[in-house]
Amino acid sequence: MERAVNSRGCAGESILKDKALLRKMLEGIMIARKFEEKVVELFSKGFIHGTTHLGIGEEATGIGTTMALSRGDYMLCTHRGHAPAIGKGCDINGMMAEMLGRESGVCRGRGGSMHIADFSRGILGANGIVGANAPLACGAAMTISLKGIPDRISAVFFGDGASNQGAVHEAMNFAASRGLPVMFCLVNNAYGMSTSIKKAVKETDLTKRAAAYGMKSFECDGNDVLAVYGTAREARRHVLENGPCLLVEHTYRTSGHSKSDGNLYRTKEEIAGWEAANPIARFSSFLLERRLFTRDEIDAIDRSAAAVIEAAAEYALAAPCPRAEEAMDGVFA
Amino acid sequence: MPEREITYANAVRDAMSEEMRRDPDVYFMGEDIGVYRGAFGVSAGMIEEFGPGRVIETPISETAFMGAAAGSAVTGMRPIVELMFSDFMAVCYDQIINQAAKMRYMFGGIARVPMVIRAAAGGGTGAAAQHSQSLEQMYCHVPGLKVVVPSTPYDAKGLLKSAIRDDNCVVFLEQKLLYGTKGVVPDEEYLIPLGLADVKREGADLSVITYGRTVQMSLAVADRLAEEGHSIEVLDLRTLSPLDCGAIVNSVKKTKKAVIVHEAVKFGGFGGEIAAVIADSEAFYSLAAPIKRVGALYCPIPCSPILEKTVLPGESRIEEAIREIL
Ligand SMILES: Cc1ncc(C[n+]2csc(CCOP(=O)(O)OP(=O)(O)O)c2C)c(N)n1
Ligand SMILES: [Mg+2]
Repeated sequence: MERAVNSRGCAGESILKDKALLRKMLEGIMIARKFEEKVVELFSKGFIHGTTHLGIGEEATGIGTTMALSRGDYMLCTHRGHAPAIGKGCDINGMMAEMLGRESGVCRGRGGSMHIADFSRGILGANGIVGANAPLACGAAMTISLKGIPDRISAVFFGDGASNQGAVHEAMNFAASRGLPVMFCLVNNAYGMSTSIKKAVKETDLTKRAAAYGMKSFECDGNDVLAVYGTAREARRHVLENGPCLLVEHTYRTSGHSKSDGNLYRTKEEIAGWEAANPIARFSSFLLERRLFTRDEIDAIDRSAAAVIEAAAEYALAAPCPRAEEAMDGVFA
Repeated sequence: MPEREITYANAVRDAMSEEMRRDPDVYFMGEDIGVYRGAFGVSAGMIEEFGPGRVIETPISETAFMGAAAGSAVTGMRPIVELMFSDFMAVCYDQIINQAAKMRYMFGGIARVPMVIRAAAGGGTGAAAQHSQSLEQMYCHVPGLKVVVPSTPYDAKGLLKSAIRDDNCVVFLEQKLLYGTKGVVPDEEYLIPLGLADVKREGADLSVITYGRTVQMSLAVADRLAEEGHSIEVLDLRTLSPLDCGAIVNSVKKTKKAVIVHEAVKFGGFGGEIAAVIADSEAFYSLAAPIKRVGALYCPIPCSPILEKTVLPGESRIEEAIREIL
């Protein structure tokens, strides 16, 4: 598998002085990873009903991008949306409870894994319909411009597969034609389910999509959380100053597409290669090499991330189930 | 006659493969239907047998491939299109509703649109609001579309073969919770004509009129009630459009009581049409009790198993409705 990791965005050396920020990034990707590992465990124990799409290996895209957003920014994510929700500040206990379909879940157990939302933090929902969130993101951006809200953008995640949906193309043109503050974040993990990007498109350089709509594009190594953060920050500034842009983040999903993936469409070697280059390992060794963190500090962050997830699982397992009598609550406002 | 037991999923696959062997104009198109075998494993072995030229994997572009299927159908091909979940039809509604369904009549009968849209429908899987719907009534309302909802492997195979040979656009809604269920099919070829209902269980006291996944539930309830001496007929419509009105009327004339059951939301569901067929016919005069309907609550399908179970109809709700008028 070739790696198009031609990182044009750069975090800059100044970020490296902000130890609290670096800690938050490392903790973010660790929490995202452990959250999903816990989901796997709870699934195997029969606590989770339905399906789930894990983004193991892609944590840096979800965390790095959302850390570059402000609390007020809107964010719409995909079926593979755990990390972006965590990065945008979603309550982890509420997310875990949602995975278990509990009443205290962020969607009161109605949505489940594929529909994590928290409007109080600008998280306008993960989406089960591939590509459908891009037009919605334009609408959130319209609210920003109609109400004249300063320093706020609308960011939407979608995959390489989703980039071939009409809705995504229409949304890009819609946003570009009226200069809406939308950041189109394309997480290119090289596959849409089992379909390799090479099979799905003739032109695999998806940054070129932006030019067709008169937008600027950014691109980064999606397994390097610093590069993602730096590029997303630059892209966000561009959106505020000049209107929408496309940000392509190159990464790889080492987990299966969903629960039922037999990985017949790719080789073990390919997966293993990317596992070795996973964002947690890469960021940890970077921090060690540059002597920004000690091994002990990293281990402590790892332990605190684990504690967050253990507490979330405990909370979720003890959380009450929705009441059958309330099944029809909330169909209408 | 030699026969064998196969799953519902394999019945669908076998119908496609047999028709593709028989007719070179038939091809199969959809997302991840090759080595991934489709989201429900239905197309196992097909890419190996027919190759990528006839098992065509698409980008995630439902509008493009649905429209392409219709365009190839009017020019001489016979596409089978797989939509991973029937909910995704909403993405390409225009190509189905305004294009495929309209071309024959609107162009004065010069066009034929021999295509099959296969999609996995229904809930009970915890996949929540966007992956669990039963939307068959929306297609039934569009003249020019045929709508089939098989409940057994035998029916799935025979009906799908007929759908593939039909010169019209057929929406073939598979029940995802039935994919793993087993049933007997003959080794030799058979077809089941579209538009014919099937009495899955004969009875004298009450007719349960149903289709899809709720057929199996209704049969289980009927078996239990038989132990108490009640004789329940279960009529499986199999095809909703064209609808076998005669079979409905005959069954109700015989039993004088009708309970209509489907998994789709009861309000505005296809059950209303079935009730109207009864009320609009001579069966009306035989009715000894009000017509009852069982369907999902008026609510998007929730993820929580407790809520999903509450929203979707199950054996207890079917039994309650039957007991109300027995
Ligand atoms: C409209 C629609 N079509 C198909 C699907 C089934 N599906 C779910 S995820 C997926 C792959 C999406 O690929 P991509 O956009 O690259 O995101 P990734 O899964 O790689 O994160 C598919 C085909 C869907 N949910 N919605
Ligand atoms: Mg992808």
